[in-house]
Amino acid sequence: MKFLRDQVDKLKPTFSEGGKLSFLHSTFDALETFLFVPNHTTKSGGHIRDGIDLKRTMFLVVIALLPALLFGMWNLGYQFHRATGIEASLLENFWYGMLQTLPIIIVSYGVGLGIEMAFAQFKGHPVNEGFLVTGLLIPMVMPADIPLWMVGLATAFAVIIGKEVFGGTGMNLLNPALTARMFLYIGYTPEMSGEKCWVPIADGMATVDGYSGATTLGNVGVASANGTPWSDSLLSWGTTAMDSILGTIPGSIAETSVVAVLIGAIILIAAGIGSWKIMISTVIGALFMGGVLNLAGGNAWYDMPAHYHLIIGGFMFGTVFMTTDPVSAAQTERGKWIYGFFIGLLTVLIRVFNPGYPEGIMMAILLMNVFAPLIDYSVIQSNIKMRLKRVKA
Amino acid sequence: MGQNIKIKRGMDIKLEGAPSGHVNHANFPATFAIKPTDFKGLVPKMYVKQGDEVQAGDCLFTDKKNDKICFTAPISGEIAEVVRGDRRAILAVKILADSKIAYKSFNTSGYEAKSRDEVTDLLLASGLWPFIVQRPFGVLADPSITPKAIHVSGFDSAPLAADLSISLKGQEANLKTGFEILKKLAAGKVHLNIHQDKDSSIYNSIQGVEKTTFSGPHPSGLVGVQINKIDAINKGDVVWTIKPQHVAFIGKFFETGNLDLEQTIVIAGSEVKNPAYYTTRLGASVAELLSDNLTADNVRVISGNVLTGTKITQDGYLGYYDNQISVIPEGDHYEMLGWLFPSYPRPTLSSTFPLYKFFKKTFKANTNPHGEHRAYVVTGQYEKVMPMDIMPQQLIKSVMAKDLELMENLGIYEVIEEDMALCEFVCTSKIDVQRVLSEGLELMAEES
Repeated sequence: MKFLRDQVDKLKPTFSEGGKLSFLHSTFDALETFLFVPNHTTKSGGHIRDGIDLKRTMFLVVIALLPALLFGMWNLGYQFHRATGIEASLLENFWYGMLQTLPIIIVSYGVGLGIEMAFAQFKGHPVNEGFLVTGLLIPMVMPADIPLWMVGLATAFAVIIGKEVFGGTGMNLLNPALTARMFLYIGYTPEMSGEKCWVPIADGMATVDGYSGATTLGNVGVASANGTPWSDSLLSWGTTAMDSILGTIPGSIAETSVVAVLIGAIILIAAGIGSWKIMISTVIGALFMGGVLNLAGGNAWYDMPAHYHLIIGGFMFGTVFMTTDPVSAAQTERGKWIYGFFIGLLTVLIRVFNPGYPEGIMMAILLMNVFAPLIDYSVIQSNIKMRLKRVKA
Repeated sequence: MGQNIKIKRGMDIKLEGAPSGHVNHANFPATFAIKPTDFKGLVPKMYVKQGDEVQAGDCLFTDKKNDKICFTAPISGEIAEVVRGDRRAILAVKILADSKIAYKSFNTSGYEAKSRDEVTDLLLASGLWPFIVQRPFGVLADPSITPKAIHVSGFDSAPLAADLSISLKGQEANLKTGFEILKKLAAGKVHLNIHQDKDSSIYNSIQGVEKTTFSGPHPSGLVGVQINKIDAINKGDVVWTIKPQHVAFIGKFFETGNLDLEQTIVIAGSEVKNPAYYTTRLGASVAELLSDNLTADNVRVISGNVLTGTKITQDGYLGYYDNQISVIPEGDHYEMLGWLFPSYPRPTLSSTFPLYKFFKKTFKANTNPHGEHRAYVVTGQYEKVMPMDIMPQQLIKSVMAKDLELMENLGIYEVIEEDMALCEFVCTSKIDVQRVLSEGLELMAEES
C-alpha cells in the first residue's frame, strides 16, 4: 500500500494544475480517489461522518446487478443454441453470451466515462460515480444483436442530453439508462424490437423447425390484434410460465430472469439502497391494473392473468433497478408510494392499449420520471399545509 | 407526569472512551477565556483592555446590538490578552486568573419577591443572560420579549455526553432556585423534559413546571426535537431554551449574589487516558485538563460533542455553552480502497456495513469524512434520523436555493444546526448540512 501511495504521490504533480498533463486532472483524481479514500478531515459541522459514501453505494448496486447480468450472458448462449439446435454445455452457453455482451459493455463504459471525465475536467468538478451503474444498465437492457455504434451513440445521448445538460449526476430528470434505450427505440425501432434482435443469429443460419424469436409481449400483442384468445401458448416459442420466471426466454440481455432480478432486489433492499416502497408499489400498481382488465375481459391482453405481467418482458428488471434510481424517482417517502403505483399501472396500460410499443415499463418509468417532481411538490405542499394549519389552530 | 413521547427516528453513535462515573477535581487552570465566537452573530463592544484587573462578574464586553447584554468575567484576574483574528474581529478575551477568586457582589437577596424586570436586569448585568438561547435561529435571547415558553432538556443524548445526574449531583437546590427564576421570565410555561430510562432524581424537587418524558435514541435529548413534539414553533412564535447546568448557575447566583461558574464537565473520547467527570469552571483552559491525559498527539480536541462541538487546540478553552470535551483521532490518512474494504470499523447507519451496524458495540471514530462531497443522489436517508415533522432534505435544498419563502414554509423556524447534525452524519453525499443550514438561518434572521 505504501509503495502504491508513493507512486501516486510521485505522479500527482504531473496531473495537477501547472503540470504537463493537467488536462487529465479529473481523470487522475477519479482514479486516485478510487484507489485511496482521501486524507481529508472534517472542516465544518460534525467532526465524524458515516462510513458510507457514493462509491460504496454505487458499487453495491453494481453487485446487485451481477446475478442478472451473469444469468443474461448464459441465457444468450442458451437461446442461441436452442434456436439453432446445437448442443452446448453450461460453460459454452455462458462463453457465447459473454463474447456477445462484453463488447457492448466496453463501448457503453468507454463512451460514457469518456464524456463524464471530459465534462468533469471542463467544468472543474470531480467525476461522479453515477455512471458506474448507468454504464452497466445500458448494455443490460439492449438486445444482444444491437450494432455497437448504436450503443455508443445512445450512451453519448443519454450522458449529454439526459444528464450533463441538467448539471450532471444528481440533477437529471430522466433515468439515463432508459434515456439511452428510449433514444434507440424511437430512432432505430427495427433493431430494438421484433423477433430477430434478441438472439443474434447470422443471416442464412439454419434454425430449428418452428423457431420464432418473438417475445411473449410480441405474441400477445399480435394475438390481441387478431382476436386470438389468451392461452399459455402465447408465451414465447416453446416456453412455459416457469421459463419466464427463471428467465430462459428471449429478451434484452439481462432482463429475462425474475429470479436473478429478485436476488438483486434482496441485495438492494438489505443494503438499504433500493427503495422497497417503490418496488412494492410498482408491483401493486401492475397487479391492480391487470386485475381490472381481467375483470373487463375482451382480447388476449385483457384476459392474460394479471400476475403474468410481472414475469414477462422487462417488468421485474425495470421495477427493481430502474424505478429505484433515487435521482429520477420521487424523493419524498410518501411520493415514492404514488410514483411506484403509477409506474405499475401505466406499464400495464401501455402494454395493453398501445400495440405500437410492446414494452410498457420503459415508457411508464420515463413518464413518471417527468411527473416525479410534481408528486414531490404535492407531498411537500401537504407538509406546508400541516404547518400553516398549526398556526391557525 | 402525562404522556411519554417516544422518539423512533434517530441513532445513538456509540464511541469508545465513555466517561467513568468518577468525578475528579481538576487543577485550577492558570488562564480562562470568553470567546465571542461562541455566540451566533455577536459583534462585541469591548469594556476592558489588556492589563485591566477584573472580578468575577465584571463586564468584559457587551452585544453591540443590545448594550444591556453583558458578557462577564467568569473569574477574577488580569486581562492577559484580547485575541484578534481577520479584520480585527475579537476571537477571545483571555484572563490570567487570581489564585483566590474575588467576586463582584450583586444584590440578589429576596429574589422571590423581585419582579420580572428586576430579575432580567440582574441576569443581564451578571452575564448569565447569554445562557438563554432564543428560537427561531438559536440566537441570544432578546430581553424585551416575553417568550411563548421556556424549554429545558433535562438530559443529553449526544455521543459521550455527560450524564447530568452525575454532573449536577449536589446542585438540586440551585436547580430549584433556577427554575423559580425561569418561571418569572416565562409568561407561559416552563417545560422540563426528561428521559424515561435515565436517572432524573435531581429534578424531583422542582415544582410548577410542565414535565414531559421522552424515550428513544439521540436526538431525543435535543431541545429542538422536544419543542417540536410538545408545542412546535410557528411563524411569529418566540421560544427560549436553556440547559440544566446553566439553570443551576442562575440558581446559585440568586442564592449567593456571586457569579460562581464552577461546573462538572466530561472529558471523553478514545484518545483520553482517563475519560471521566472533572470539576472545573466555565471558560477554563483545557491544557491542564488534557496534559498527561491524551494517548496520542494527532488528535482533535472538541469543545462539545463530536456532532456539534467546536474544534479547539490542546491549549484552547472550554466553550461558553459546553460541558464536554471530546478527543478523537484525526483521520488525515489515505485509506486504500477504504470505500470498498474498510480497514477499521467506523460508526454507520448504513446496512452496507452489516458487521459494524449490527454487531460492533463501540467505535473509535476519527475525523475522516470517509468520502468526498457529491451532489444529492440518495434520498430517504435524513428521514431516518429526523424525528421532527420536517422534510429535512427538502429544507436543506430550499436553503441551497436561497428560497426564503420555502424555507419558512418547510419549518426553518423550528430547527437550529444541532437538530440536523445527525442528517449531516449519515449523508452519503457528505453535504455540510450544518453549515448550509447555518447560512439559511442567518439569511432568515437578516430578513425578519
